[in-house]
Amino acid sequence: MRTVKSSEITDRIAEMVVRANRILPRDVLQAISRAKTAEPSDAGREILGQLEDNAALARESGLPLCQDTGMAVFFVELGEQCRVDGASLHDAVTEGMIRGYRDGLLRKSMCHPLTRKNTGDNTPAVIHVDLVPGDGLKISFMAKGGGSENMSRVTMLSPAQGWRGIKEFVLGRVAEAGPNPCPPTMLGIGIGGSFELAPKLAKQALLRPLDQPHPDPEIARMEQELLEEINTLGIGPMGLGGDTTCLGVRINMAPCHIASLPLAVNVQCHSARHEEVLL
Amino acid sequence: MSREYSLQAPLRDEDVIHLKIGDRVLLSGIIYSARDAAHKKIIQALEEGTEPPFPLKGAVIYYVGPSPAPEGRPIGSAGPTTSYRMDSYTPRLHSLGVKATIGKGKRSQEVKDALVRHNAVYFGATGGAGALLSQRIVSSKIIAFEDLGPEAVRELVVRDFPLLVVNDAFGGELYAKPNLPD
Repeated sequence: MRTVKSSEITDRIAEMVVRANRILPRDVLQAISRAKTAEPSDAGREILGQLEDNAALARESGLPLCQDTGMAVFFVELGEQCRVDGASLHDAVTEGMIRGYRDGLLRKSMCHPLTRKNTGDNTPAVIHVDLVPGDGLKISFMAKGGGSENMSRVTMLSPAQGWRGIKEFVLGRVAEAGPNPCPPTMLGIGIGGSFELAPKLAKQALLRPLDQPHPDPEIARMEQELLEEINTLGIGPMGLGGDTTCLGVRINMAPCHIASLPLAVNVQCHSARHEEVLL
Repeated sequence: MSREYSLQAPLRDEDVIHLKIGDRVLLSGIIYSARDAAHKKIIQALEEGTEPPFPLKGAVIYYVGPSPAPEGRPIGSAGPTTSYRMDSYTPRLHSLGVKATIGKGKRSQEVKDALVRHNAVYFGATGGAGALLSQRIVSSKIIAFEDLGPEAVRELVVRDFPLLVVNDAFGGELYAKPNLPD
């Protein structure tokens, strides 16, 4: 049995949430630069240039990339042979998040769903824990903004609708969302599982870098096909027209019930802030 | 053909009437931040017959909830939030003299009709460029609803704040229509 100190988890999380909010992942920045070269629309190229400038400024100045520093979403892979010593894993993660959002001058966006009273410290964090073999501890963090999250959907397709139905739904969603989620976006797509598992698959898929297609070549082909079709919609950067509507589609698939075909589309804005730590 | 204007807020009727979709505007002057919860409170104030937190005539409302200001800066990151959530409040505010709103994303037909009826415009700013846009904000002060935290109403002084006319007072809309396959 390996032991990890809860204080170490808290420290690493506090650093990670601040860094992730200031530094756009390399793969996203590269995708934006590549898109700028290929984008035929003048307005689109200009927007993509602003996004590059914004990323450079955030990195230098320490300002967050976006004022919406998000809900703090964590995916934890806890090895069965790993034990947390001190506070509970949940409290260690939450404490690190609170400290990072406070000291890093990140916006606290969480509130009561009906009274809308702000909780004041960005709690609660959304924490998913999976037990995995081994003695490792991996914690991935996403700063998930509200504007793109609001454009996300889950649906239960009929099995007969298959891949065609999936494509129709995804394209329809992207078209309907139009400029709202700050395109160019990334899409995390969860296919299969159950009603509650599909959205988790979808969000988790967004952690996979844009230069890493799915290891299953068939799923990788589906990701590419969807991306190409989305980019013929003509929505473009900020919805002002052009070819760069989406920078990448990431699919996670899981077996489902014989009666069902759950499908979730998690929309991620271009400010795709995520990072992971291994402890 | 899109043109470029430098305008001073608060805006007058004659500032707005020339603007067409695709025009670029560098806005300077005083604007007000307000988003979901603040809008609800402003409308409540109007229903109760009390004064809104800022003069509505000629006002420009920026849909923004900034991140906290670092030492020595007026404001943190401050890009636009998605506008449709304010749609149910916007026509009323235009009827009382608000000349422009700043946000990102599509507006309802009711808002577009209100722009035409009251000679007003909807400006788009680049979403997710909050660090960059904050550089054009010279000062910021909370003037109402401090308890709302990031959603408090702020008086912002901006200099050459870069905007694009997305919906004009003639019913035009700049956003691309998606080519959906049949």
